[in-house]
Amino acid sequence: MSGFSGFLVRRAIGTVVTLLAISVIVYVVFYATPGNVAQITCGPRCSPEQVHQVAQQLRLDDPLYVRYWHFLEGLVAGQDYSTGTSVEHCPAPCLGLSYQSDRQVMDIILTKLPVSLSLVLGAMVLWLVLGVGTGVLSAWRRGRFTERLLTALTLAGWATPVFVIGLVLMIVVCGELQLLPFPQYVKFTDDPEQWAWNLLLPWLSLALIEAAAFARLTRASMLETLAEDHIRTFRAYGVAERSIVGRHALRGALAPVIALNANNVGSAIGGAVLTETLFGLPGIGQELVHAVNVVDLPVVVGMVLVIGFFVVLANAVADVLYAVADRRVVLT
Amino acid sequence: MSGGVDVSGRTDVSGGTDVSLVRVTDLSVEFGDLRAVDGLSFGLARGAALALVGESGSGKSTVASALLGLHRGTGARVGGSIEVAGTDVQQASEDELRRLRGAKAAMVFQDPLSSLDPYYAIGDQIAEVYRVHTRVSRRAARARAVDVLDRVGIPDAVRRSRSRPHEFSGGMRQRALIAMALACEPDLLIADEPTTALDVTVQAQILDLLHTLREETGMGLLLVTHDVGVAAESVDEVLVMRHGRSVEHGPVADVLSAPAQTYTRELLAAVPRVDARRIAAKAGEETAAAVPAVSVVEDAGAASAVSATENAEGVPDGPPEATGHVVLEATGLRREFGRGKRTFAAVDDVSLTIRRGETLGVVGESGSGKTTLGRMLVGLLEPTAGEVRYDGHARVGVHPAVQMVFQDPVSSLNPRRSVGESIADPLRARGEKDEQRIRGRVTELLERVGLEGAHYDRYPHEFSGGQRQRVGIARALAADPRVIVCDEPVSALDVTTQAQVVALLGELQRELGLVLVFVAHDLAVVRQVSDRVAVMRRGRIVESGPADEVYDNPQDPYTKQLLAAVPSLDPQVAARRRAARRELAAA
Repeated sequence: MSGFSGFLVRRAIGTVVTLLAISVIVYVVFYATPGNVAQITCGPRCSPEQVHQVAQQLRLDDPLYVRYWHFLEGLVAGQDYSTGTSVEHCPAPCLGLSYQSDRQVMDIILTKLPVSLSLVLGAMVLWLVLGVGTGVLSAWRRGRFTERLLTALTLAGWATPVFVIGLVLMIVVCGELQLLPFPQYVKFTDDPEQWAWNLLLPWLSLALIEAAAFARLTRASMLETLAEDHIRTFRAYGVAERSIVGRHALRGALAPVIALNANNVGSAIGGAVLTETLFGLPGIGQELVHAVNVVDLPVVVGMVLVIGFFVVLANAVADVLYAVADRRVVLT
Repeated sequence: MSGGVDVSGRTDVSGGTDVSLVRVTDLSVEFGDLRAVDGLSFGLARGAALALVGESGSGKSTVASALLGLHRGTGARVGGSIEVAGTDVQQASEDELRRLRGAKAAMVFQDPLSSLDPYYAIGDQIAEVYRVHTRVSRRAARARAVDVLDRVGIPDAVRRSRSRPHEFSGGMRQRALIAMALACEPDLLIADEPTTALDVTVQAQILDLLHTLREETGMGLLLVTHDVGVAAESVDEVLVMRHGRSVEHGPVADVLSAPAQTYTRELLAAVPRVDARRIAAKAGEETAAAVPAVSVVEDAGAASAVSATENAEGVPDGPPEATGHVVLEATGLRREFGRGKRTFAAVDDVSLTIRRGETLGVVGESGSGKTTLGRMLVGLLEPTAGEVRYDGHARVGVHPAVQMVFQDPVSSLNPRRSVGESIADPLRARGEKDEQRIRGRVTELLERVGLEGAHYDRYPHEFSGGQRQRVGIARALAADPRVIVCDEPVSALDVTTQAQVVALLGELQRELGLVLVFVAHDLAVVRQVSDRVAVMRRGRIVESGPADEVYDNPQDPYTKQLLAAVPSLDPQVAARRRAARRELAAA
């Protein structure tokens, strides 16, 4: 297993380097952003003295590299923050305090992340089952009515914005038919059953759109594999078309599906803002949009790092899956 | 069947309905407007072996696929009647066809790498096919897979059955495919170019294996091949095809020794013979011999005695060994690929000299390092150690006087540029800017290689394989080279085209006084073009010398093995060689 542990070590180092690079970029971008951060943070009715105090408290007048160094210190060693009256200790890895709420960024992430993970991982299962299933079916039934129908449906699914599907689902399922209550986030640890019921509609609306992309990719990739020589071999040996499509062609067609899935899962963790907003799910995406609007630098950096971490992680998992699916792939 | 025409005549004498294994009557296959097979009829008795021989596009592979009904659902129109092992392929239902495929008639394909599923273990793939036709447990099917793998000579079959195709060598993969074919003990084996992708020694092993299996199981064989030698080695009867029609059909010895049709005679005449001396070149070289003779006086007067004695012995076209001016010289060439532990030397300590007006043949099997050597000679690859000297000067990088002709005339020309533009590249690279002069020179080159000046503005896809290779040669000539390294210049071409391209190279060499390095895997072709030959194996030259000496009296055991593996056009010689190979293997 030395090859595999070597792969893990190299990936871990790569991840750290990537995340550091991301944090530098975010710092530079926000440093260059025009606007008085202290004024925004303090509020419109603050006096110039108060604004000045806030700026000092937030070390806004320090040069960029000092502030970044401070951030790195916090990550490695933790940090003590004075909040005017008391001193708060933020243990390592400390991402700092929110300018707005004085809450520790790590706390904010830890409350928002489970919501985003619940939404995305559940939706992923749905979009894989629906998308790959549809793709396989249309490759098997190529040239027939089934395929044309499925192609039309997936194209329609792809072209529909998530808020349209989500709204329609809510109006029909919760409003007209009253099959489900309007979704409200319930923690998995509090009540797993309620968690699932409440997330069903968000899952569906996110998954339906993604599934369309997966269906099209799977179909195209399967048709390509079906044209390969080894498929001809199994046809020439009397293997039924069902096994040829389901066993040989699907396996060969999986690589691009794995790649697309890694990308989509990674980006949906922070990017499912529309779905989160529509269904009132307090996830990473919503929080990030809010933090950007109020120039809450520590929160933005923290969120971006979390999203970056999941994108890198999803791709590493994809690489392992490639190697599992195709023994010719060597992990390096 | 009683009223049917007995097309298999000679073999179907007993009159029983069970004797005929394949009966094809008036078969035609059309793809759109293209009639790939046109009114073909033949029969095959149980246990007999028939070869369909023809050049590319003759429709031979289409016939093979039609026997298993593989054209169904592809849009091809199949006419006539096909009966294989008692199944009427044209009328059979999908289920009946599936019961025929693999169980009664099994097929082996050309490229054993792409013909196996890369994702599954070889044993599992064979077991899967076996389970389609027999209702046995997974475990029993797996055991059967190991059985047949063992039977086709895969060592340590239990362990190797768990390997995936990429972990097998080319020859082992073809053995595995044959094992798959054997799994259900079919009555008929259809082999579509089964050895075309393999080295000559491996080819001999596979053909011997097919021969042995046929002796043991009594199955019939339909062999599809472009290689007349392979057919001569393996079958009783041969059917020569051209443009989808049968040209000649008869016992293999008759057709090959006394062909009745003009086309068959042309085809056979174009096949390069490994045991024949350079007849074609001799006629032309009588005049050319004078050219190096002059340089003998100039450069190495003392050595002229050598060629004088050769002449006295009645070898007028003796190679200019140790006489002419040394044009290209390589010393201690080594090239490594990979890093760290995975480093391996593709070429290892190779030294050679090539003299004016000479053709050096470099022959070897795949992986022997011959292409790497060729690329280093041209300067496309930098050697890890050693040096290449051109005209006595050490050379780094490419030199206009040393050009290359590549193997695949399809991929070595840019499909989006006209052939004229491709040929003009070396001229522009040299700094020529006058469009009029460029066009004039390219037109001249096109005509020189047997194409037309008007072809300047055409694109590669409009040309046949042979014509494309002519374009490749014209491009190499554009820089006025003194040396041309040809890397497998004819291996992608049909034999008749091959002969034409080889003749063109010989002509150019004589007229322009070129030095040729001819890198190829085909021993017969190399003999037909070379003055001297170097045999490569695992990056080293194991034997080199005048072509006739190396071929008629090989010293190195590997050279002997290579030569013994070349298929012979004479079925009797082939049988003797097979016996000899068996003895060698037994010893």
